[in-house]
Amino acid sequence: MGNPMRIRAKLDGEVVDAKVLMNHAMETGQRKDASGALVPAHYITKVIASCNGKTVLEADWGPSVSKNPLLGFRFRGAAAGDTLSVTWTDSMNDTRTDEAVIG
Amino acid sequence: MLHRREFLRDMGQGGILVALLSSGLLTIPKAWAADRNQAAFAAKTVEEAFAALGAGTPAASDEITLEAPEIAENGAVVPVNVTTSIAGADAIAILVEKNPNALAAVTIIPAGTEAYVSTRVKMQQTSRVIALVRAKGSFFIASKDVKVTLGGCGG
Repeated sequence: MGNPMRIRAKLDGEVVDAKVLMNHAMETGQRKDASGALVPAHYITKVIASCNGKTVLEADWGPSVSKNPLLGFRFRGAAAGDTLSVTWTDSMNDTRTDEAVIG
Repeated sequence: MLHRREFLRDMGQGGILVALLSSGLLTIPKAWAADRNQAAFAAKTVEEAFAALGAGTPAASDEITLEAPEIAENGAVVPVNVTTSIAGADAIAILVEKNPNALAAVTIIPAGTEAYVSTRVKMQQTSRVIALVRAKGSFFIASKDVKVTLGGCGG
């Protein structure tokens, strides 16, 4: 399930400027907690963004992507009012999809 | 349905496959796309990651703009922006040379999407950050040294 993403998609001319802020711990598996025990790896492995049934961006990530990841990208072929959908899947097979209307 | 194992067997001698791969005549479909390239993400060094991505020894290109801070006060959150004007660019990878696993992110750029990606990465220590771009089957890089004053991968 995870926590909601914040998605901003703004049309600038013909180009949609998209910024997605995900809510995820992105644990590397190398960090130790206060008791000295390793915190298990738990990070987003895949992000897919789509608009009007078309994939507009696809990303594979490793644990080096920062906690609460930010993803910015720009694509064409969408109009104001269209919906941008973003889905992530993590290393524990959790997944979450959020949408935003292009403004 | 042709399974990979059968395909490899049917190829007869693996040497033919290796020869085709190394000559660039045959490229592995989806090596960067739908299926995550586990070998590339498991690679310890930049060279291993490049090899797993099929990038070999990519040429430096001044048509790639890699934006990252000269000095990152907090290695846990280092902003990295990559843009390229190389025609036909369809994938951008970001690598941090001295992280335990060099490859941080691979972004696939479908037609209609600009060859640009913005994200934030962790850096364990001062290191070279590398942007790798694939365009029409060729690979190009740009790199920048980022000094880290507080590491981002420790506890």
